[in-house]
Amino acid sequence: MRPLDPRLLRRVRPARVALAADVLFGFLATIALLIQATLFAAIVARAFEHRPLDPREVIAFCGVVVARAVFAAGFEATGRRAAALATSELRMALVERRLFDMPTAADGAEAGEIAAAAVSGVDGLEAYFARYLPQLVLAVLVPIAVLAWTAAIDLTSVVIMVLTLPLIPVFMVLIGRYTESKTRARWVALTRLSNHFLDVVRGLPTLRAFNRGAAQAERIEAVSEAYRRTTMETLRVSFLSGAVLDLAATLATALVAVTLGVRLVEGTVAFRPALTVLLLTPELYIPLRSLAAQFHVSADGLAAAERILDLIEAPETPAVGTDRVPDPWRSLRLRDISLRNEERGSKLLDGFDLTIERGEVVALVGPSGAGKSTVAALLLGLRTPDGGTITVDGTDLATLDLRGWRTNVAWVPQRPTVFRGSVRDNIAIGNPSASIEQIDRASKAAGLDEVVADLPRGYESDIGEGARGLSAGETRRLALARALARSAQLVILDEPTANLDAESGESIAASIRELGADRAVLLIAHSPELARSADRIVRIEDGRAVAVSKQAVLP
Amino acid sequence: MNTLRELLRIARLPRARIVVSVVLGSLSVLLGVGLMSLAGYVISRAAEHPPILSLTVAIVAVRVCGIGKPVARYLERLERHDLAFRVLARMRVGFFRQIEPLVPGRLPELRRGDLLATMVGDIDAMQELFLRGLAPPLVAVVAGGISIAIAAAFLPAAGLILAAGLLVGGIGIPSLAAFTSRRTGPRQAAARAEMTAELVDLLRGGPELVVLGAAEEAVETVRTLDTELVHLERREAKAAGFVEGLSTAVSGLTVAGVLVVCATAAAAGTLDRVMVASLALLAMASFEAVAPLPAAAQVLRGTIGSGRRLLDITRQEPSVIDPPEPADPPRDPTVMLEQVGFGYADEEAWELRDVNLQLEPGRSVALIGRSGAGKSTIAALMVRFLDPDAGRVMVGGADARTVRQHDVRSFVTLDAQEAYLFSTTIRENVRLANPPADDHDIERALRRAQIWEWIASLPDGWDTYVGEEGTLVSGGERQRIALARTFLADAPVVVLDEPTAHLDPETAERLVDDALHATEGRTVLLITHRPEGLDAVDEILRLRRGRLDPQKSSRASLPNRIPRKG
Repeated sequence: MRPLDPRLLRRVRPARVALAADVLFGFLATIALLIQATLFAAIVARAFEHRPLDPREVIAFCGVVVARAVFAAGFEATGRRAAALATSELRMALVERRLFDMPTAADGAEAGEIAAAAVSGVDGLEAYFARYLPQLVLAVLVPIAVLAWTAAIDLTSVVIMVLTLPLIPVFMVLIGRYTESKTRARWVALTRLSNHFLDVVRGLPTLRAFNRGAAQAERIEAVSEAYRRTTMETLRVSFLSGAVLDLAATLATALVAVTLGVRLVEGTVAFRPALTVLLLTPELYIPLRSLAAQFHVSADGLAAAERILDLIEAPETPAVGTDRVPDPWRSLRLRDISLRNEERGSKLLDGFDLTIERGEVVALVGPSGAGKSTVAALLLGLRTPDGGTITVDGTDLATLDLRGWRTNVAWVPQRPTVFRGSVRDNIAIGNPSASIEQIDRASKAAGLDEVVADLPRGYESDIGEGARGLSAGETRRLALARALARSAQLVILDEPTANLDAESGESIAASIRELGADRAVLLIAHSPELARSADRIVRIEDGRAVAVSKQAVLP
Repeated sequence: MNTLRELLRIARLPRARIVVSVVLGSLSVLLGVGLMSLAGYVISRAAEHPPILSLTVAIVAVRVCGIGKPVARYLERLERHDLAFRVLARMRVGFFRQIEPLVPGRLPELRRGDLLATMVGDIDAMQELFLRGLAPPLVAVVAGGISIAIAAAFLPAAGLILAAGLLVGGIGIPSLAAFTSRRTGPRQAAARAEMTAELVDLLRGGPELVVLGAAEEAVETVRTLDTELVHLERREAKAAGFVEGLSTAVSGLTVAGVLVVCATAAAAGTLDRVMVASLALLAMASFEAVAPLPAAAQVLRGTIGSGRRLLDITRQEPSVIDPPEPADPPRDPTVMLEQVGFGYADEEAWELRDVNLQLEPGRSVALIGRSGAGKSTIAALMVRFLDPDAGRVMVGGADARTVRQHDVRSFVTLDAQEAYLFSTTIRENVRLANPPADDHDIERALRRAQIWEWIASLPDGWDTYVGEEGTLVSGGERQRIALARTFLADAPVVVLDEPTAHLDPETAERLVDDALHATEGRTVLLITHRPEGLDAVDEILRLRRGRLDPQKSSRASLPNRIPRKG
């Protein structure tokens, strides 16, 4: 782990102020502590000399205690606030980036993981912002302050303190050794061991079906034992770094105390300064010790933050045009389009030409990975071509106001999303002013009405994450209804009948033909039946568009 | 309290190890106390200019404390973590034994993976029980008590003040912290859950929201949730700061109090003046004993909450139990459902009603119907994951309830809908169906599932790791590995529950053909909602809203077959 990610500090502007305040609070608390130690020694020295207690000193002492408490409270609260603000900042940046600059869809598992990082990541970040980061500064500031304060009282002790400081590099080396011992292979092995239990419990129905359930208990015990042994080996080393720091602190205290004792007997130092220095010595090491203690906790937080930062800072921002979209438009033309596949480094589309007129249904076919969905993404303005132009009645799509363009496009993606909310909300999401009749009509055309009839509360039933889930076929129908509820001039359907039985598929093909009466429809199809229902069929071959006859699609 | 007792019973913490851990922990605190108070003594005594030799014992003691404290702390941390992992192992085994008979069971949640995953989270939280929950208060009592006793031995008033300070710091402040977080905690958890769900929607459906023109609105929703969340987090930050400040104030003021009574006593001559610094420093250092207690209170609350959830689950009765005097294992490969009814709630909403179904030896039957029609419940009844609420399931001529579960499942094998692949190699995933099987048997099963060639083409062959939950293999490969597993079990009756879910039509067609071919001669029930493979079975039954259609559908009357290719 890098101790400090500059991207993080650059991005979390409001948190920076809180962070600065945090360091200030931490430093003030230390200064208060130095004063407290001095007053402590003064009170004791007075008693030692059999002089009566000075109430002013006691009141001052209590005052300093209260001040220190206030600073400590401020330190804790500000640090946590900084963490909350930083996470919020990252979260909103992520959301805006994903929606406005670079709309990309994450699959379920990935989305869950990113969302967890963006929400619960705050716990780890709390350790990072509230403790680790300020300690990083305080670990430098506080020892300097303590040494300076001590120097003002007793120079000899400063020398002893400075002599114990080289123990710190030893600690750093140990930390390094630990990270080294935590090599990737070992880490993977540990993770696998620790995930074994989850794996077994998740697969328990399968194990039970094969009469292997009860037999797993021993295996769980054995793996947990192996996990304990391996982890303890690691901990034995990693706890050493903390122990070394502890040792540095206690040894320094013991050394300073004993030296002061001898010098007191010799009479080369007075009682009061000696006691003050004794109280100051442990403070020298406290920030370093908390730094070490927070190192591992905050590593998780930093990892969460970096996960989000990587997503936010990923390159590519398509240019945004402002020109008005011709309304109504007649034809849409893709000309000599080329597009590279970033992952494979090959060309996905190369000299791709396609014209779609209003009033026709064009089917796009081709093997998986040929670039069918990419053509859809280009038309939706979700991707920009590397070469070639897309024109709407002769105007370049790149110069058009994309928002305006998208308002008259309807789209059924390959993997549609069910959003949390009612069925009605889900259908009307692209047309919030849709009347119930419109929704009902769209729902019928998509074959969703039978699904809705089975739901307890009809269109008002809640669906999506945490409510009733929809099967793949039901989701597909929902997406289709969603698209049909919009008044669009261009309709893009990415395999609208996948996961549906043939009967429903046929009625949907009929709905699509109806759509084609006055709209431009791009139909991405796997099944030959569906493709044949279109007016024209185009196949993607080696990145080019090839017109094919209806008979030719027969497999 | 009962929950805690119950949890401790399952954890079976070894007493001796607890004692060692608490002794080491207390030693670590007390050596720190000793270091500061002895150092204070040495300096005070030295200021009286005694012969240096009279200080020797105290000086040696200071050094011993200086070296001993980090050593004790190091050993204690190791010991405590070691115990935590042992607790974890026992909790895992203990809860696993109790959960195992409940799965998959009647609870719909238990059939889905997420509840099980939550349960694992709760069980894993148990490692904190001793580590950060119980150990700190035990150490605080011992170390705090001894510190108070020492202080009281020299000056009762000092002991009294220290006792009051430690009580406030060790009980009052943690209680206050618990009280404040009890109010904000649930609200914050709810806000976080809401935010997570919203973000998942948004991350998954980003492009759709953009195209639908709903992106701004979605961002606004997130922004509102974010404001609320930050507001709650800031409130929590304030509360945490307050608790932190209070702890500092309590320890500081206690030291002030001890300082005042000691100074007064020294002036009055009732306390040796060299003890003033010593006792005040003792008070200062002894607060280390109570410092981890606010966190410990929180951990305890969390783990007890987890424990309560777990115990609630394990208290349930298994939905299926073995008969006291089991009948002989079934032999005749026939399975019959007779007037079977099954439901979770009132009879009106039963999932299955009056289902009669007969699987005869060597015949294959397809069961079709929409999702949610109750097909998977029939599969569960056949392997006795569930018992019917009406009618009976006859396995090899005997009521399944009179036969041991083990015997039913050796007789009827289920290739479940969401076949689970464990994060190990392909070979081990298949082997689990029949552990004594040798490599040759496994190879044969994989060949029958028509996946041997693909496996042979992999660099690591069947030692290829399938990834967590099998994520490194594709849907079709995964289903075939599961199929091979079913073949290896070598049962006379095979139930294939949606073996083609999530597959494209061609792959699905090939898979079903291969599966039916490989199980020829066995009794087979193929459950599906898709048309592939229906022309290869002997009989097709349709399940519609919990009832089997009165007349058995013959192949010709099936309206929704897609034309075969070619």
